[in-house]
Amino acid sequence: MSIEHPTSINQQTVEKIARLAKLQFKESDLQNNINKLSEMLALIAEVHQANTDNLEPLAHPLESMIQRLRTDQVTETDEHILFQAIAPSVAAGLYLVPTVIEA
Amino acid sequence: MHHFSVSELSRGLAKGEYSSVELTQHYLNRIKQLDSKLNSFITVCEEQALEAAQAADLNRQHQKGGPLSGIPIAQKDIFCTQGIKTSCGSKMLDNFIAPYDATLVHHCQQAGMVLLGKTNMDEFAMGSSNETSFYGPVRNPYQVDLIPGGSSGGSAAAVAARFSPIATGTDTGGSIRQPAALCNLTGIKPTYGRISRYGMIAFASSLDQAGLLAQSAEDAALVLGVVAGFDDKDSTSVDLPVPDYTASLHQPLKGLKIGLPKEYFDDTLNPEMAQKMEAVITVLKGQGVHFKEISLPSSPLSVAVYYVVAPAECSSNLSRYDGVRFGYRCDNPVDLNDLYTRSRSEGFGAEVKRRIMIGTYVLSAGFYDAYYVKAQKVRRLIQNEFMAAFEGVDCILGPTTPNPAFGLGTKISNPIDMVLSDLYTISANLAGLPALSMPAGFIDGLPVGAQLMGPHFSEARLLNIAHQYQQVTNWHKRLPEGF
Repeated sequence: MSIEHPTSINQQTVEKIARLAKLQFKESDLQNNINKLSEMLALIAEVHQANTDNLEPLAHPLESMIQRLRTDQVTETDEHILFQAIAPSVAAGLYLVPTVIEA
Repeated sequence: MHHFSVSELSRGLAKGEYSSVELTQHYLNRIKQLDSKLNSFITVCEEQALEAAQAADLNRQHQKGGPLSGIPIAQKDIFCTQGIKTSCGSKMLDNFIAPYDATLVHHCQQAGMVLLGKTNMDEFAMGSSNETSFYGPVRNPYQVDLIPGGSSGGSAAAVAARFSPIATGTDTGGSIRQPAALCNLTGIKPTYGRISRYGMIAFASSLDQAGLLAQSAEDAALVLGVVAGFDDKDSTSVDLPVPDYTASLHQPLKGLKIGLPKEYFDDTLNPEMAQKMEAVITVLKGQGVHFKEISLPSSPLSVAVYYVVAPAECSSNLSRYDGVRFGYRCDNPVDLNDLYTRSRSEGFGAEVKRRIMIGTYVLSAGFYDAYYVKAQKVRRLIQNEFMAAFEGVDCILGPTTPNPAFGLGTKISNPIDMVLSDLYTISANLAGLPALSMPAGFIDGLPVGAQLMGPHFSEARLLNIAHQYQQVTNWHKRLPEGF
Protein backbone atom coordinates (compact mmCIF):
# COMPACT_ATOMS: atom_id res chain seq x y z
CA MET A 1 0.00 0.00 0.00
CA SER A 2 1.54 3.27 -1.11
CA ILE A 3 1.44 5.97 1.53
CA GLU A 4 1.00 8.58 -1.20
CA HIS A 5 -2.01 6.72 -2.58
CA PRO A 6 -3.67 4.98 0.34
CA THR A 7 -6.31 2.42 -0.55
CA SER A 8 -7.89 2.23 2.87
CA ILE A 9 -8.99 4.72 5.41
CA ASN A 10 -8.79 4.65 9.22
CA GLN A 11 -11.10 5.99 11.90
CA GLN A 12 -8.96 9.06 12.57
CA THR A 13 -9.10 10.10 8.91
CA VAL A 14 -12.85 9.48 8.71
CA GLU A 15 -13.35 11.71 11.75
CA LYS A 16 -11.16 14.46 10.29
CA ILE A 17 -12.94 14.37 6.92
CA ALA A 18 -16.32 14.36 8.66
CA ARG A 19 -15.32 17.49 10.58
CA LEU A 20 -14.28 19.21 7.35
CA ALA A 21 -17.55 18.19 5.68
CA LYS A 22 -19.63 19.16 8.73
CA LEU A 23 -21.03 15.65 9.04
CA GLN A 24 -21.25 13.28 11.97
CA PHE A 25 -21.84 9.54 12.07
CA LYS A 26 -23.29 7.31 14.74
CA GLU A 27 -20.75 5.08 16.47
CA SER A 28 -22.68 2.06 15.21
CA ASP A 29 -22.34 3.23 11.58
CA LEU A 30 -18.68 4.15 11.77
CA GLN A 31 -17.13 0.78 10.85
CA ASN A 32 -19.56 0.31 7.96
CA ASN A 33 -18.61 3.76 6.68
CA ILE A 34 -14.91 3.02 7.06
CA ASN A 35 -15.37 -0.19 5.04
CA LYS A 36 -17.41 1.40 2.25
CA LEU A 37 -15.08 4.40 2.00
CA SER A 38 -12.07 2.08 1.83
CA GLU A 39 -13.68 0.16 -1.01
CA MET A 40 -14.31 3.38 -2.93
CA LEU A 41 -10.75 4.50 -2.28
CA ALA A 42 -9.41 1.28 -3.74
CA LEU A 43 -11.56 1.88 -6.84
CA ILE A 44 -10.53 5.49 -7.35
CA ALA A 45 -6.86 4.65 -6.80
CA GLU A 46 -7.01 3.17 -10.33
CA VAL A 47 -6.56 6.72 -11.69
CA HIS A 48 -2.89 6.38 -10.76
CA GLN A 49 -2.47 3.66 -13.40
CA ALA A 50 -2.66 6.14 -16.28
CA ASN A 51 0.35 7.90 -17.73
CA THR A 52 -0.61 11.57 -17.69
CA ASP A 53 2.82 13.08 -18.39
CA ASN A 54 2.52 16.40 -20.21
CA LEU A 55 -1.26 16.50 -19.84
CA GLU A 56 -3.08 19.46 -18.34
CA PRO A 57 -6.11 18.79 -16.09
CA LEU A 58 -9.51 19.06 -17.82
CA ALA A 59 -11.82 20.90 -15.45
CA HIS A 60 -14.46 21.80 -18.01
CA PRO A 61 -15.34 19.64 -21.03
CA LEU A 62 -15.73 22.57 -23.46
CA GLU A 63 -12.47 24.40 -22.90
CA SER A 64 -12.59 26.06 -26.29
CA MET A 65 -15.63 27.98 -25.03
CA ILE A 66 -14.15 30.76 -22.96
CA GLN A 67 -15.74 31.52 -19.59
CA ARG A 68 -18.13 34.34 -20.33
CA LEU A 69 -17.93 37.61 -18.47
CA ARG A 70 -20.66 40.23 -18.29
CA THR A 71 -20.51 43.98 -17.85
CA ASP A 72 -20.21 45.04 -14.22
CA GLN A 73 -23.69 46.43 -13.89
CA VAL A 74 -26.41 45.81 -11.31
CA THR A 75 -29.19 43.87 -13.00
CA GLU A 76 -30.92 42.05 -10.15
CA THR A 77 -33.47 43.55 -7.78
CA ASP A 78 -33.67 43.03 -4.03
CA GLU A 79 -35.92 39.99 -3.52
CA HIS A 80 -34.92 39.10 0.02
CA ILE A 81 -38.55 39.03 1.19
CA LEU A 82 -39.36 36.37 -1.40
CA PHE A 83 -36.24 34.33 -0.70
CA GLN A 84 -36.46 34.64 3.08
CA ALA A 85 -40.07 33.46 3.09
CA ILE A 86 -38.69 29.93 3.08
CA ALA A 87 -35.91 30.48 5.62
CA PRO A 88 -36.03 28.58 8.94
CA SER A 89 -35.54 31.72 11.04
CA VAL A 90 -35.28 35.36 10.03
CA ALA A 91 -35.67 38.77 11.69
CA ALA A 92 -35.18 42.23 10.23
CA GLY A 93 -33.90 40.74 6.98
CA LEU A 94 -31.23 38.73 8.80
CA TYR A 95 -30.92 34.94 9.04
CA LEU A 96 -30.91 33.90 12.69
CA VAL A 97 -28.44 31.27 13.88
CA PRO A 98 -27.29 30.11 17.34
CA THR A 99 -24.29 31.65 19.11
CA VAL A 100 -21.28 32.10 16.89
CA ILE A 101 -18.98 33.97 19.25
CA GLU A 102 -19.32 33.48 22.98
CA ALA A 103 -19.77 36.61 25.07
CA MET B 1 -54.91 8.52 -25.35
CA HIS B 2 -51.88 7.51 -23.29
CA HIS B 3 -50.73 5.20 -26.10
CA PHE B 4 -50.01 8.21 -28.26
CA SER B 5 -46.60 9.77 -28.66
CA VAL B 6 -46.03 13.50 -28.19
CA SER B 7 -46.10 14.05 -31.96
CA GLU B 8 -49.37 12.08 -32.27
CA LEU B 9 -50.92 13.99 -29.36
CA SER B 10 -49.88 17.25 -30.97
CA ARG B 11 -51.73 16.29 -34.16
CA GLY B 12 -54.73 15.04 -32.17
CA LEU B 13 -55.00 18.32 -30.27
CA ALA B 14 -54.61 20.34 -33.48
CA LYS B 15 -57.43 18.37 -35.13
CA GLY B 16 -59.67 18.81 -32.11
CA GLU B 17 -59.96 15.08 -31.46
CA TYR B 18 -59.67 15.85 -27.74
CA SER B 19 -58.89 18.89 -25.61
CA SER B 20 -55.83 19.51 -23.43
CA VAL B 21 -58.09 19.38 -20.40
CA GLU B 22 -59.36 15.91 -21.37
CA LEU B 23 -55.84 14.75 -22.10
CA THR B 24 -54.45 16.15 -18.85
CA GLN B 25 -57.31 14.71 -16.79
CA HIS B 26 -56.68 11.33 -18.42
CA TYR B 27 -53.03 11.31 -17.28
CA LEU B 28 -53.92 12.63 -13.82
CA ASN B 29 -56.45 9.80 -13.44
CA ARG B 30 -53.84 7.22 -14.47
CA ILE B 31 -51.39 8.60 -11.93
CA LYS B 32 -54.03 8.47 -9.20
CA GLN B 33 -55.09 4.94 -10.06
CA LEU B 34 -51.76 3.32 -10.83
CA ASP B 35 -48.78 5.24 -9.43
CA SER B 36 -49.02 3.49 -6.05
CA LYS B 37 -47.52 0.50 -7.90
CA LEU B 38 -44.49 2.48 -9.05
CA ASN B 39 -44.03 5.53 -6.77
CA SER B 40 -42.83 7.55 -9.78
CA PHE B 41 -44.20 10.93 -8.62
CA ILE B 42 -43.26 12.91 -5.51
CA THR B 43 -45.70 15.76 -6.20
CA VAL B 44 -48.70 15.77 -8.52
CA CYS B 45 -49.78 19.28 -9.57
CA GLU B 46 -53.43 18.59 -10.32
CA GLU B 47 -54.79 22.12 -10.02
CA GLN B 48 -51.96 23.84 -11.86
CA ALA B 49 -52.03 21.19 -14.58
CA LEU B 50 -55.71 21.67 -15.30
CA GLU B 51 -55.31 25.46 -15.31
CA ALA B 52 -52.45 25.21 -17.78
CA ALA B 53 -54.49 22.80 -19.91
CA GLN B 54 -57.43 25.22 -19.93
CA ALA B 55 -55.12 28.05 -20.99
CA ALA B 56 -53.75 25.88 -23.80
CA ASP B 57 -57.27 25.05 -25.00
CA LEU B 58 -58.17 28.74 -25.00
CA ASN B 59 -55.04 29.58 -26.96
CA ARG B 60 -55.89 26.92 -29.53
CA GLN B 61 -59.36 28.41 -29.97
CA HIS B 62 -57.65 31.68 -30.88
CA GLN B 63 -55.17 29.93 -33.18
CA LYS B 64 -52.34 30.64 -30.79
CA GLY B 65 -49.81 28.23 -29.28
CA GLY B 66 -47.23 26.03 -30.94
CA PRO B 67 -47.08 22.26 -31.54
CA LEU B 68 -46.35 21.45 -27.89
CA SER B 69 -49.09 23.61 -26.43
CA GLY B 70 -51.31 21.55 -24.15
CA ILE B 71 -49.01 18.52 -24.11
CA PRO B 72 -48.41 17.18 -20.59
CA ILE B 73 -44.89 16.74 -19.24
CA ALA B 74 -43.42 15.49 -15.96
CA GLN B 75 -40.41 17.31 -14.51
CA LYS B 76 -37.71 15.52 -12.51
CA ASP B 77 -37.83 16.90 -8.98
CA ILE B 78 -34.38 18.42 -9.45
CA PHE B 79 -35.74 21.35 -11.47
CA CYS B 80 -36.96 24.34 -9.50
CA THR B 81 -40.64 25.00 -10.13
CA GLN B 82 -41.90 28.27 -8.68
CA GLY B 83 -44.36 27.85 -5.83
CA ILE B 84 -44.09 24.07 -6.04
CA LYS B 85 -42.14 21.76 -3.74
CA THR B 86 -38.76 20.86 -5.21
CA SER B 87 -37.21 18.16 -3.07
CA CYS B 88 -34.39 16.66 -5.14
CA GLY B 89 -35.48 13.36 -3.56
CA SER B 90 -34.07 14.49 -0.20
CA LYS B 91 -35.22 15.16 3.35
CA MET B 92 -32.91 18.19 3.14
CA LEU B 93 -35.33 19.86 0.72
CA ASP B 94 -38.58 18.23 1.82
CA ASN B 95 -39.80 21.67 2.95
CA PHE B 96 -38.35 23.61 0.00
CA ILE B 97 -40.86 25.52 -2.12
CA ALA B 98 -38.85 26.88 -5.02
CA PRO B 99 -39.09 30.68 -5.33
CA TYR B 100 -38.32 30.61 -9.06
CA ASP B 101 -38.54 28.43 -12.16
CA ALA B 102 -35.58 26.71 -13.73
CA THR B 103 -34.94 28.01 -17.25
CA LEU B 104 -35.85 24.59 -18.66
CA VAL B 105 -39.19 24.71 -16.79
CA HIS B 106 -39.78 28.22 -18.08
CA HIS B 107 -39.16 27.10 -21.68
CA CYS B 108 -41.64 24.21 -21.29
CA GLN B 109 -44.21 26.64 -19.89
CA GLN B 110 -43.64 29.15 -22.68
CA ALA B 111 -44.25 26.34 -25.16
CA GLY B 112 -47.58 25.72 -23.43
CA MET B 113 -46.66 22.34 -21.98
CA VAL B 114 -48.72 21.20 -19.00
CA LEU B 115 -46.80 20.31 -15.83
CA LEU B 116 -48.31 17.10 -14.43
CA GLY B 117 -45.98 16.86 -11.46
CA LYS B 118 -42.45 16.29 -10.10
CA THR B 119 -40.95 12.89 -10.47
CA ASN B 120 -39.10 10.78 -7.93
CA MET B 121 -35.33 10.45 -8.15
CA ASP B 122 -32.25 9.25 -6.32
CA GLU B 123 -31.36 11.76 -3.63
CA PHE B 124 -29.47 14.72 -5.13
CA ALA B 125 -29.18 12.66 -8.33
CA MET B 126 -26.73 10.28 -6.67
CA GLY B 127 -27.59 6.75 -7.59
CA SER B 128 -28.28 4.31 -10.40
CA SER B 129 -31.37 2.56 -9.10
CA ASN B 130 -33.71 5.19 -7.60
CA GLU B 131 -33.38 3.45 -4.22
CA THR B 132 -31.79 6.35 -2.36
CA SER B 133 -34.81 8.69 -2.52
CA PHE B 134 -36.20 10.00 0.77
CA TYR B 135 -39.62 9.24 -0.72
CA GLY B 136 -38.98 5.54 -1.22
CA PRO B 137 -37.79 3.55 -4.21
CA VAL B 138 -39.34 3.67 -7.64
CA ARG B 139 -40.29 0.40 -9.34
CA ASN B 140 -39.79 -0.71 -12.91
CA PRO B 141 -43.14 -1.01 -14.76
CA TYR B 142 -41.80 -4.00 -16.72
CA GLN B 143 -41.34 -5.95 -13.49
CA VAL B 144 -42.21 -4.18 -10.27
CA ASP B 145 -39.71 -5.96 -8.04
CA LEU B 146 -36.91 -4.53 -10.19
CA ILE B 147 -35.33 -1.09 -10.22
CA PRO B 148 -36.12 1.36 -13.02
CA GLY B 149 -32.58 2.73 -13.03
CA GLY B 150 -31.49 6.08 -11.67
CA SER B 151 -31.20 8.76 -10.84
CA SER B 152 -34.06 9.77 -13.19
CA GLY B 153 -35.97 6.61 -12.24
CA GLY B 154 -39.26 8.38 -11.54
CA SER B 155 -39.27 10.09 -14.93
CA ALA B 156 -38.38 6.80 -16.65
CA ALA B 157 -41.07 4.80 -14.84
CA ALA B 158 -43.69 7.52 -15.44
CA VAL B 159 -43.11 7.64 -19.20
CA ALA B 160 -42.72 3.86 -19.53
CA ALA B 161 -46.08 3.36 -17.80
CA ARG B 162 -47.49 6.26 -19.83
CA PHE B 163 -48.38 8.37 -16.79
CA SER B 164 -46.87 11.17 -18.87
CA PRO B 165 -46.05 11.22 -22.59
CA ILE B 166 -42.58 12.62 -21.90
CA ALA B 167 -40.44 13.68 -18.95
CA THR B 168 -37.29 15.58 -18.17
CA GLY B 169 -34.29 14.11 -16.46
CA THR B 170 -30.70 14.95 -15.64
CA ASP B 171 -27.57 13.01 -16.43
CA THR B 172 -24.25 13.32 -14.58
CA GLY B 173 -22.91 9.77 -15.11
CA GLY B 174 -25.76 8.13 -17.00
CA SER B 175 -28.86 9.12 -15.04
CA ILE B 176 -31.03 9.62 -18.13
CA ARG B 177 -29.60 6.97 -20.42
CA GLN B 178 -29.41 4.10 -17.96
CA PRO B 179 -33.05 4.36 -16.73
CA ALA B 180 -34.13 4.92 -20.35
CA ALA B 181 -32.45 1.63 -21.30
CA LEU B 182 -33.96 -0.27 -18.37
CA CYS B 183 -37.47 1.09 -19.06
CA ASN B 184 -37.60 0.84 -22.87
CA LEU B 185 -37.33 4.55 -23.59
CA THR B 186 -35.29 6.88 -25.74
CA GLY B 187 -33.17 8.99 -23.42
CA ILE B 188 -30.96 11.83 -24.54
CA LYS B 189 -28.23 13.67 -22.68
CA PRO B 190 -27.17 16.56 -24.93
CA THR B 191 -23.74 18.16 -25.12
CA TYR B 192 -22.63 19.86 -21.92
CA GLY B 193 -23.88 23.44 -22.05
CA ARG B 194 -26.64 22.76 -24.60
CA ILE B 195 -29.47 23.07 -22.04
CA SER B 196 -29.33 25.69 -19.28
CA ARG B 197 -28.52 24.49 -15.77
CA TYR B 198 -30.09 27.56 -14.14
CA GLY B 199 -32.54 26.28 -11.55
CA MET B 200 -31.34 22.69 -11.92
CA ILE B 201 -30.12 21.68 -8.49
CA ALA B 202 -26.40 21.08 -8.82
CA PHE B 203 -24.68 17.77 -8.16
CA ALA B 204 -21.44 17.92 -10.19
CA SER B 205 -21.29 21.15 -12.13
CA SER B 206 -18.86 20.11 -14.87
CA LEU B 207 -20.79 16.88 -15.56
CA ASP B 208 -24.50 17.68 -15.00
CA GLN B 209 -26.73 18.09 -18.02
CA ALA B 210 -30.49 18.15 -18.43
CA GLY B 211 -32.22 15.96 -20.98
CA LEU B 212 -35.29 13.97 -21.88
CA LEU B 213 -36.85 10.55 -21.40
CA ALA B 214 -39.15 10.02 -24.36
CA GLN B 215 -41.16 7.39 -26.19
CA SER B 216 -39.15 7.91 -29.36
CA ALA B 217 -36.36 9.89 -30.98
CA GLU B 218 -38.97 11.98 -32.76
CA ASP B 219 -40.55 13.01 -29.46
CA ALA B 220 -37.14 13.79 -27.98
CA ALA B 221 -36.29 15.92 -31.03
CA LEU B 222 -39.53 17.91 -30.69
CA VAL B 223 -39.02 18.83 -27.05
CA LEU B 224 -35.23 19.23 -27.22
CA GLY B 225 -35.78 22.07 -29.68
CA VAL B 226 -37.78 23.90 -27.03
CA VAL B 227 -35.58 23.36 -23.98
CA ALA B 228 -32.13 23.78 -25.58
CA GLY B 229 -30.51 27.16 -26.05
CA PHE B 230 -28.31 29.85 -24.64
CA ASP B 231 -29.15 31.27 -21.22
CA ASP B 232 -27.22 34.21 -19.82
CA LYS B 233 -28.17 33.09 -16.31
CA ASP B 234 -25.97 29.99 -16.75
CA SER B 235 -22.33 30.90 -17.27
CA THR B 236 -21.64 27.45 -18.76
CA SER B 237 -24.48 27.75 -21.27
CA VAL B 238 -23.24 27.65 -24.85
CA ASP B 239 -24.14 30.47 -27.21
CA LEU B 240 -24.82 28.43 -30.34
CA PRO B 241 -28.04 28.38 -32.37
CA VAL B 242 -30.46 25.52 -31.74
CA PRO B 243 -31.13 23.61 -34.96
CA ASP B 244 -34.54 22.18 -35.83
CA TYR B 245 -33.85 18.65 -34.57
CA THR B 246 -36.94 17.31 -36.33
CA ALA B 247 -35.79 18.52 -39.76
CA SER B 248 -32.89 16.08 -39.95
CA LEU B 249 -34.68 13.03 -38.52
CA HIS B 250 -35.51 11.74 -41.99
CA GLN B 251 -32.04 11.89 -43.49
CA PRO B 252 -30.96 8.48 -44.81
CA LEU B 253 -28.10 6.84 -42.94
CA LYS B 254 -26.28 5.59 -46.05
CA GLY B 255 -22.56 6.16 -45.80
CA LEU B 256 -22.46 6.98 -42.08
CA LYS B 257 -19.51 5.51 -40.19
CA ILE B 258 -20.10 4.22 -36.66
CA GLY B 259 -17.27 3.14 -34.37
CA LEU B 260 -17.45 0.08 -32.12
CA PRO B 261 -15.01 0.43 -29.19
CA LYS B 262 -13.23 -2.87 -28.70
CA GLU B 263 -13.18 -2.18 -24.94
CA TYR B 264 -17.01 -2.31 -24.91
CA PHE B 265 -17.26 -5.50 -26.97
CA ASP B 266 -14.73 -7.69 -25.20
CA ASP B 267 -15.46 -11.05 -23.57
CA THR B 268 -16.65 -9.40 -20.34
CA LEU B 269 -19.80 -8.25 -22.18
CA ASN B 270 -22.85 -10.32 -21.21
CA PRO B 271 -23.34 -12.71 -24.20
CA GLU B 272 -27.06 -11.95 -24.40
CA MET B 273 -26.30 -8.23 -24.51
CA ALA B 274 -23.67 -8.89 -27.19
CA GLN B 275 -26.37 -10.65 -29.22
CA LYS B 276 -28.72 -7.67 -28.91
CA MET B 277 -25.96 -5.34 -30.02
CA GLU B 278 -25.22 -7.59 -33.02
CA ALA B 279 -28.88 -7.31 -33.99
CA VAL B 280 -28.74 -3.49 -33.78
CA ILE B 281 -25.61 -3.47 -35.93
CA THR B 282 -27.30 -5.72 -38.50
CA VAL B 283 -30.30 -3.39 -38.75
CA LEU B 284 -28.11 -0.31 -39.13
CA LYS B 285 -25.93 -2.05 -41.74
CA GLY B 286 -29.14 -2.72 -43.64
CA GLN B 287 -29.71 1.04 -43.61
CA GLY B 288 -26.32 1.69 -45.20
CA VAL B 289 -24.17 2.31 -42.11
CA HIS B 290 -20.53 1.19 -42.11
CA PHE B 291 -19.00 -0.08 -38.88
CA LYS B 292 -15.38 0.11 -37.83
CA GLU B 293 -13.58 -1.13 -34.74
CA ILE B 294 -12.09 1.70 -32.70
CA SER B 295 -10.27 1.85 -29.40
CA LEU B 296 -10.85 3.97 -26.32
CA PRO B 297 -7.97 2.58 -24.24
CA SER B 298 -8.59 4.73 -21.15
CA SER B 299 -12.31 3.99 -20.97
CA PRO B 300 -11.80 1.32 -18.25
CA LEU B 301 -10.58 4.17 -16.02
CA SER B 302 -13.70 6.27 -16.54
CA VAL B 303 -15.47 4.93 -13.45
CA ALA B 304 -12.49 5.72 -11.22
CA VAL B 305 -12.14 9.22 -12.71
CA TYR B 306 -15.84 9.86 -12.26
CA TYR B 307 -15.76 8.76 -8.62
CA VAL B 308 -13.06 11.31 -7.92
CA VAL B 309 -14.48 14.22 -9.92
CA ALA B 310 -18.20 13.85 -9.20
CA PRO B 311 -17.92 13.47 -5.41
CA ALA B 312 -15.40 16.33 -5.31
CA GLU B 313 -17.79 18.65 -7.11
CA CYS B 314 -20.74 17.35 -5.09
CA SER B 315 -18.98 18.03 -1.80
CA SER B 316 -18.53 21.62 -2.93
CA ASN B 317 -22.07 22.04 -4.29
CA LEU B 318 -23.74 20.48 -1.26
CA SER B 319 -21.90 22.73 1.18
CA ARG B 320 -24.73 25.23 0.62
CA TYR B 321 -27.06 22.97 2.64
CA ASP B 322 -26.26 24.29 6.08
CA GLY B 323 -29.63 24.75 7.75
CA VAL B 324 -29.30 28.55 7.64
CA ARG B 325 -31.13 29.98 4.65
CA PHE B 326 -33.46 27.25 3.41
CA GLY B 327 -34.08 23.53 3.66
CA TYR B 328 -33.87 21.27 6.68
CA ARG B 329 -32.73 22.66 10.01
CA CYS B 330 -32.17 20.40 13.03
CA ASP B 331 -34.08 21.05 16.26
CA ASN B 332 -32.50 23.11 19.07
CA PRO B 333 -28.97 23.59 17.74
CA VAL B 334 -26.63 24.54 20.61
CA ASP B 335 -24.16 26.50 18.48
CA LEU B 336 -23.38 27.21 14.83
CA ASN B 337 -21.23 24.12 14.35
CA ASP B 338 -23.98 21.95 15.82
CA LEU B 339 -26.50 23.62 13.48
CA TYR B 340 -24.39 22.82 10.44
CA THR B 341 -23.40 19.32 11.49
CA ARG B 342 -26.74 18.02 12.68
CA SER B 343 -28.76 19.67 9.91
CA ARG B 344 -26.52 18.06 7.32
CA SER B 345 -26.22 14.69 9.04
CA GLU B 346 -29.97 14.43 9.63
CA GLY B 347 -30.97 15.95 6.29
CA PHE B 348 -28.79 13.90 3.94
CA GLY B 349 -29.12 10.16 3.29
CA ALA B 350 -26.29 7.64 3.52
CA GLU B 351 -25.22 7.64 -0.14
CA VAL B 352 -25.06 11.43 -0.32
CA LYS B 353 -22.99 11.58 2.88
CA ARG B 354 -20.65 8.92 1.53
CA ARG B 355 -20.04 10.89 -1.68
CA ILE B 356 -19.50 14.11 0.25
CA MET B 357 -16.91 12.26 2.33
CA ILE B 358 -15.07 10.92 -0.73
CA GLY B 359 -15.19 14.35 -2.34
CA THR B 360 -13.91 16.10 0.77
CA TYR B 361 -11.10 13.55 1.04
CA VAL B 362 -9.86 13.94 -2.55
CA LEU B 363 -9.91 17.71 -2.25
CA SER B 364 -8.23 17.82 1.14
CA ALA B 365 -4.70 19.05 1.75
CA GLY B 366 -2.16 16.42 0.83
CA PHE B 367 -4.48 14.54 -1.51
CA TYR B 368 -5.68 17.23 -3.93
CA ASP B 369 -2.87 16.73 -6.47
CA ALA B 370 -2.74 12.97 -6.10
CA TYR B 371 -6.45 12.47 -6.68
CA TYR B 372 -8.36 15.45 -8.03
CA VAL B 373 -5.74 16.92 -10.34
CA LYS B 374 -4.66 13.44 -11.46
CA ALA B 375 -8.27 12.48 -12.23
CA GLN B 376 -8.72 15.67 -14.27
CA LYS B 377 -5.65 14.74 -16.30
CA VAL B 378 -7.04 11.27 -16.99
CA ARG B 379 -10.29 13.02 -17.91
CA ARG B 380 -8.38 14.91 -20.62
CA LEU B 381 -6.89 11.61 -21.82
CA ILE B 382 -10.41 10.16 -22.12
CA GLN B 383 -11.65 13.21 -24.02
CA ASN B 384 -8.61 13.18 -26.32
CA GLU B 385 -9.27 9.53 -27.19
CA PHE B 386 -12.86 10.37 -28.18
CA MET B 387 -11.69 13.31 -30.30
CA ALA B 388 -9.18 11.06 -32.07
CA ALA B 389 -11.87 8.41 -32.65
CA PHE B 390 -14.22 11.00 -34.18
CA GLU B 391 -11.59 11.80 -36.82
CA GLY B 392 -12.47 8.46 -38.39
CA VAL B 393 -16.13 7.85 -37.43
CA ASP B 394 -19.29 9.94 -37.20
CA CYS B 395 -20.39 8.46 -33.91
CA ILE B 396 -19.87 5.54 -31.55
CA LEU B 397 -22.20 2.66 -30.66
CA GLY B 398 -22.21 0.42 -27.62
CA PRO B 399 -24.50 -1.08 -25.00
CA THR B 400 -26.01 1.44 -22.57
CA THR B 401 -25.77 -0.91 -19.57
CA PRO B 402 -23.98 -4.21 -18.90
CA ASN B 403 -27.27 -5.95 -18.01
CA PRO B 404 -31.03 -5.39 -17.83
CA ALA B 405 -32.71 -4.16 -14.63
CA PHE B 406 -31.70 -5.81 -11.37
CA GLY B 407 -33.74 -6.55 -8.23
CA LEU B 408 -34.63 -3.88 -5.68
CA GLY B 409 -32.31 -4.18 -2.71
CA THR B 410 -29.77 -6.40 -4.47
CA LYS B 411 -26.98 -3.85 -5.01
CA ILE B 412 -27.76 -0.98 -2.64
CA SER B 413 -25.45 -2.36 0.08
CA ASN B 414 -22.66 -2.82 -2.43
CA PRO B 415 -21.67 0.57 -3.83
CA ILE B 416 -18.97 -0.87 -6.10
CA ASP B 417 -21.40 -3.19 -7.89
CA MET B 418 -23.81 -0.29 -8.26
CA VAL B 419 -21.20 2.05 -9.76
CA LEU B 420 -20.13 -0.53 -12.34
CA SER B 421 -23.60 -0.37 -13.90
CA ASP B 422 -22.55 3.08 -15.17
CA LEU B 423 -19.53 1.69 -17.00
CA TYR B 424 -20.64 2.66 -20.52
CA THR B 425 -22.38 5.91 -19.78
CA ILE B 426 -19.87 7.80 -17.64
CA SER B 427 -17.33 8.67 -20.36
CA ALA B 428 -19.79 10.86 -22.26
CA ASN B 429 -20.23 13.06 -19.18
CA LEU B 430 -16.48 13.29 -18.60
CA ALA B 431 -15.92 14.39 -22.20
CA GLY B 432 -19.08 16.54 -22.38
CA LEU B 433 -20.35 14.59 -25.39
CA PRO B 434 -23.98 14.16 -26.43
CA ALA B 435 -25.26 10.62 -25.92
CA LEU B 436 -28.53 8.83 -26.49
CA SER B 437 -29.94 5.45 -25.46
CA MET B 438 -32.55 3.79 -27.65
CA PRO B 439 -34.55 0.62 -27.04
CA ALA B 440 -32.68 -2.36 -28.52
CA GLY B 441 -34.74 -5.37 -27.53
CA PHE B 442 -35.54 -7.52 -24.55
CA ILE B 443 -33.60 -10.06 -22.46
CA ASP B 444 -35.88 -12.38 -20.47
CA GLY B 445 -38.72 -9.92 -20.99
CA LEU B 446 -36.70 -6.94 -19.74
CA PRO B 447 -35.74 -3.99 -21.96
CA VAL B 448 -32.15 -3.14 -22.86
CA GLY B 449 -30.74 -0.17 -24.73
CA ALA B 450 -28.08 0.68 -27.26
CA GLN B 451 -26.10 3.88 -26.76
CA LEU B 452 -24.92 6.32 -29.39
CA MET B 453 -22.28 8.95 -28.56
CA GLY B 454 -21.26 11.72 -30.92
CA PRO B 455 -18.94 14.73 -31.18
CA HIS B 456 -19.94 17.89 -29.35
CA PHE B 457 -23.23 19.35 -30.66
CA SER B 458 -24.09 16.36 -32.86
CA GLU B 459 -27.48 15.78 -31.18
CA ALA B 460 -29.25 16.07 -34.53
CA ARG B 461 -27.22 13.19 -35.96
CA LEU B 462 -27.82 10.94 -32.94
CA LEU B 463 -31.57 11.60 -33.09
CA ASN B 464 -31.51 10.96 -36.84
CA ILE B 465 -29.87 7.56 -36.39
CA ALA B 466 -32.23 6.57 -33.57
CA HIS B 467 -35.27 7.73 -35.58
CA GLN B 468 -34.23 5.78 -38.66
CA TYR B 469 -33.61 2.69 -36.47
CA GLN B 470 -37.09 3.18 -34.98
CA GLN B 471 -38.66 3.29 -38.44
CA VAL B 472 -37.68 -0.37 -38.99
CA THR B 473 -37.94 -1.73 -35.43
CA ASN B 474 -40.76 -1.80 -32.90
CA TRP B 475 -39.01 -2.19 -29.57
CA HIS B 476 -39.85 1.38 -28.58
CA LYS B 477 -43.57 0.76 -29.09
CA ARG B 478 -43.77 -2.14 -26.61
CA LEU B 479 -45.58 -1.33 -23.37
CA PRO B 480 -45.31 -2.92 -19.92
CA GLU B 481 -48.20 -5.19 -18.91
CA GLY B 482 -50.60 -4.07 -16.24
CA PHE B 483 -50.43 -0.38 -17.11
